[in-house]
Amino acid sequence: MSNSSRRNFLKAGSAMLAASALPISVVELAFGKGSDENFTFAYISDSHITHIKGNKFVNNWDRGLIRAVAEANLLDPRPDFIFYGGDIAQLGKPEEIDHGLEILSGLRGDVHYVMGEHDYYTDLGEYWQKQLGPDHYSFDHKGVHFVVLNSILTYEKWMHQKWESGMHRMKQMARLDNPNGQPFMVGDAQRQWLKADLDKVSKDTPVVVFSHSPLQKIFKAWNFWTEDAEQVQALLKPFDKVTVLYGHVHQIHTNQIGNISFHAAMATAWPWPYPAAYTQKESLLPKLTVEMNRADPFFERDATGWQFINMHTGNVDVNYTLPDNANRVVAYDTKLGHPVDTRLQDNADRTPAQTHY
Amino acid sequence: MKFNKTVSVSAAFIVLALGVSGLPAVAEEFDEMDIEHWQEEYMTVVDRGDKAFHGGLGNENTVSCDQCHPNGANIHPETYPKFQTQLGKVVVLGEMINWCIMNPLEADALPLDDAVMVALQAYIHHERRGVALAPGKH
Repeated sequence: MSNSSRRNFLKAGSAMLAASALPISVVELAFGKGSDENFTFAYISDSHITHIKGNKFVNNWDRGLIRAVAEANLLDPRPDFIFYGGDIAQLGKPEEIDHGLEILSGLRGDVHYVMGEHDYYTDLGEYWQKQLGPDHYSFDHKGVHFVVLNSILTYEKWMHQKWESGMHRMKQMARLDNPNGQPFMVGDAQRQWLKADLDKVSKDTPVVVFSHSPLQKIFKAWNFWTEDAEQVQALLKPFDKVTVLYGHVHQIHTNQIGNISFHAAMATAWPWPYPAAYTQKESLLPKLTVEMNRADPFFERDATGWQFINMHTGNVDVNYTLPDNANRVVAYDTKLGHPVDTRLQDNADRTPAQTHY
Repeated sequence: MKFNKTVSVSAAFIVLALGVSGLPAVAEEFDEMDIEHWQEEYMTVVDRGDKAFHGGLGNENTVSCDQCHPNGANIHPETYPKFQTQLGKVVVLGEMINWCIMNPLEADALPLDDAVMVALQAYIHHERRGVALAPGKH
């Protein structure tokens, strides 16, 4: 890390420390190809705003997002933009999307959005796209190529079968442990688009890909999974430095597959157990992952959070801000060639509260 | 007195006669059909618990148990009874379930012997089957 980038990072880190009771994620991109300008962005995800009736919404989930917005607004230096990682809504209702967007409208800065399955399956993303635009796109910012994918699609035949209502279809996918749920996928059309998009980018340009589901396979039963993950990874393989950032799992994941680093975002709403906590099925948690603490339900915001990301070498360092827990940094180690938790990677440094069973 | 003695003798004779005739001692035996029936009864309650767990409690705010505990994970039913630090005493699983019902679900607690409470626990234990008991574990 250069002195300049370290200074900026530490400055931003101290701002986060001051605001560390709040759940958002910020990313510092202290590096961009052909650019001396460091920059940062915030990353907020999985708010699951839930409409009850009239003007009533589930207060707990509202508070998580409100807190994230407040904290993102305290960041110094100011992030260049904010990413929202998907699942604004719980059941894709216009009331939920609008209420979530109203809270997010308090953010200072532009926001880029990722589609989540909870935003999609009631009307196949129609209302979300009406409010927010396309579900897959790319842009360049200070030497880094950003790509956003809609990774929560599934089999066309299943999506378009005769449903009694869109809400019925949504409830099949919204329930995480539904045995009738379908596997997520990016799909042929988007992969063709991605290939054409990446063909225009030089291989030494850092690439950051946002998806809602992991673009790797961890646990199919809860859709911690993208069916065509390997095919997407193959398109990313020619690039020197690639990072995939995803939501959906409401927990910390860290992985490295070849040139691709993977990081998951915390939710602002509630945490999910690691799949191994369900003993009836096998799961594949990446070995690099240092698990977040088991949540204490008596602290509403425990095991929720947000991230601050530093791309000082063109790879991502993720800074997790965790209310009621010590913050965590998962930084890319250039010697090892993969991300490591800067404090807890060594088993001996972990705490009893991190033991999941 | 004489009458009572006659009854006792007669009863002893009947018991002896049944034993000799080879009739089963009904309280001591059950067969595969019985086991199947009892398993069906159990699974009926597990299924009822599954539905209650996945949005079937009718609480106004619509938050459901599975939102934090897919497949009943991270409940650790094998660790109860245990000292629930946040409640400051040793509790059974049902008391912790009631905490969740009252707080994230914003509904009224269930009696511990309520049929829905029993069903919730049947589902939670069923999803955790095969895990060794560890009462008191943190």
